[in-house]
Amino acid sequence: MSDPLRVSGSLRNRLALILIGGAAILALFLVLLVRSYAAQIAQQGQDQVLGASVTSILDTAIIQDGQVEVDFPYSALSMLSTPSDDRVFHAIYQDDTLLSGYASLTRDATRAPALPAYATAEIMGTAVRRASASRTLIGADQRTTITVIVAQTQDALSGTLNRISRTVAGFGIGFFLLATALALWASSSTIGQLQRLTQSVTKRGPQDLRPFDKPVPTEMVPLVSSLNTLMGRLDQSLNRSEDFIAEAAHRVRTPLATVRSHAEAMLQRVGREENRATVRSMMRAIDESSRAAGQLLDHAMITFRADHLERDTFDLVELVQDLVVRLTPVAELKDVTVRLDGPEPVVISGDAILVQNAVRNILDNALKYAPGDSLVLVRVTNTPTPQVVVVDEGQGFPHAQIDTLADRFTRGDNAAGTIGSGLGLTIAQDVAEAHGGILDLSNRPEGGACVTLSF
Amino acid sequence: MRYIIVLIVWAVGFAAQAQDWEDQQRFGPQTDQPPLRVLSSTDTDLFAPVVDSFLAASPGVSIEYLVTSTASLDRIFRAAPDQYDVVISSAMDLQLKLANDGFARRLDGLDHPDWAEWRNSLFAFTQEPAAIVVNRAAFEGAAIPQTRQDLIETLRADPDRFRGRLGTYDVRQSGLGYLFATQDARASETYWRLMEVMGGLQTRLYCCSGDMIDDLADGSIAVAYNVLGSYAVARDDISDRIHVILPSDFPTTMMRTALVSGSTTQPDLAEAFVAHLISTQSQGGENTPLPPLKSGEENAGKAIITLEPALMTYLDAQKRRVFLREWENAMIQSP
Repeated sequence: MSDPLRVSGSLRNRLALILIGGAAILALFLVLLVRSYAAQIAQQGQDQVLGASVTSILDTAIIQDGQVEVDFPYSALSMLSTPSDDRVFHAIYQDDTLLSGYASLTRDATRAPALPAYATAEIMGTAVRRASASRTLIGADQRTTITVIVAQTQDALSGTLNRISRTVAGFGIGFFLLATALALWASSSTIGQLQRLTQSVTKRGPQDLRPFDKPVPTEMVPLVSSLNTLMGRLDQSLNRSEDFIAEAAHRVRTPLATVRSHAEAMLQRVGREENRATVRSMMRAIDESSRAAGQLLDHAMITFRADHLERDTFDLVELVQDLVVRLTPVAELKDVTVRLDGPEPVVISGDAILVQNAVRNILDNALKYAPGDSLVLVRVTNTPTPQVVVVDEGQGFPHAQIDTLADRFTRGDNAAGTIGSGLGLTIAQDVAEAHGGILDLSNRPEGGACVTLSF
Repeated sequence: MRYIIVLIVWAVGFAAQAQDWEDQQRFGPQTDQPPLRVLSSTDTDLFAPVVDSFLAASPGVSIEYLVTSTASLDRIFRAAPDQYDVVISSAMDLQLKLANDGFARRLDGLDHPDWAEWRNSLFAFTQEPAAIVVNRAAFEGAAIPQTRQDLIETLRADPDRFRGRLGTYDVRQSGLGYLFATQDARASETYWRLMEVMGGLQTRLYCCSGDMIDDLADGSIAVAYNVLGSYAVARDDISDRIHVILPSDFPTTMMRTALVSGSTTQPDLAEAFVAHLISTQSQGGENTPLPPLKSGEENAGKAIITLEPALMTYLDAQKRRVFLREWENAMIQSP
């Protein structure tokens, strides 16, 4: 009925993407934050042990017989045992002289803090964490500064960090998955409101242009109120055009009928043959106008109804039978026999008024072009599709025009002298198309036209 | 400059070649392949069965087994770590310091209980208690002491009987002796009392367990303190003359350890050798005179010297100086 709308992305996907992306960034941020915090705490733990080791070594420094002696306890290095068997290095300096330990642990000359100071350094090509502290010893005749440095590799620490990282990453992924599920739920529940509105629009009948009165979320109020306004205007304009059609039918048909009755009365009174001929041709013109007006209105009506097709189920045979009965007097005037061949009911779904109009136009045509004392056969069958076939014994359609005859205001070359507006087959075709069917025109080999209206 | 370096390299090489070994043996076929050089403090006859079983499983491989004392082993290896592939020593502290200083190669492919390895580079393969070994004849009619305290009382009760007939490690020379002494001192003050008493009785000082056991067997000395019990037990020929006591107050148990040199030229072979060594020893060490490594459950409650960085405490120059001064004070007394 309408062109497919151009689609630009999906609100739901966009919403879900933003929420999931946000969750991912948040999860990553959380993981990094917790990891760096854990690293800090783990480092503090190692520093504390290193500091305790330095202090316990430093505490044993004494001056004995003028010589510095550092008889540090076994536990000073024992406390540095780790599950990963980290390497341990120590150095004891008296002022700038290495008393014992690793010479590669150099003393930081500028600083000699009393409390342990920590730093990350490299010794023998290995990264270590080192703690150092100093103490000033005052002997009988000397004053000397002892500096102790203890360093340790960070295998256990990085093992701990890796474990923490894995755990935190697990939490992060869990958080992300949960957030993703929530995001999907949130976006689909939000879009659900839109879908409910769409469904209630789709479910409505063609004539239902009432405003929506179900409660909608705040954000959708402008959309729904615009939609309501639009439908209100549409309703109004449809009503107006229906009124216009009815009005026009009334305004055109009534005066024509009046004119025709006057002309008929005049024909009774006029005696001279040439005047009677004039009046007759006038009457024919009036008939033609009346019929044209009728068909124009039919066509307008059909166009309107086809846009708002209302489907009911009805029996096609019954409908055609009704028409045939109604047209029998006209047929008898021309000595044409109309025979209906519909052995079983053919139930279809559609707009009965439209179908009736279409079949009447086809039958009208057949009667118009059928020669006197001939047969018009109307067959209604259900195979292969529900269809109405009207066959006459007239001269058939002009071959050259058979494809364009159903166009608006097109009349066959052989129609001169027959009353017609050129809208009859157009109406039949419009009705067929509105019901998803086709109108097929052909000539029978033995002469006569064959019109098939199938659904 | 270059000539000087060449000269130094040559001189070091020459020094290594010219090393006086306690023992030096080559196992396996004479091939062009360089032999796996094993630097060890363990007597060859104790170690030979392990070497033989390894060679039986790896044809074409030869092993050069070099024996020296623990202290000189440490010195020799530090001077030329690329000359040796596997280092085996009973001085746990020196071995641990080698590993700590980065001389050992990490063997991550080996599976060994956590308490018997350090950093996957130092692997224990025996456990041997320090023992008091006495000459049975010397204790004829007297009770054999079971603890250090008993020994002190026995020595005090009859000093003339034991004067000049006591033996222990000279901790200044022997790495293992120093390890035992420091661990004893760490465990109890009884150690220092014992040293005082022994010092007063002109104790003889030995470099090695073997010499001490020999003197004990021929009756030159009556008591040897802190001898490797395994060496004494291994001597079938003198088992009727000596008695091995594992002091029940605080037994000190040492583990022999092996490491692969970080600059070895045959890392795979060296690793295979160490793997063979520890698996043989962990499975009970049958067919070898070396005491096996027991399982964790069997060791519950036993004081085994832990493989930990603290072992390096007494290797610190300050600590060593203080300890040796105390030890000399106690042990070397003028009569």
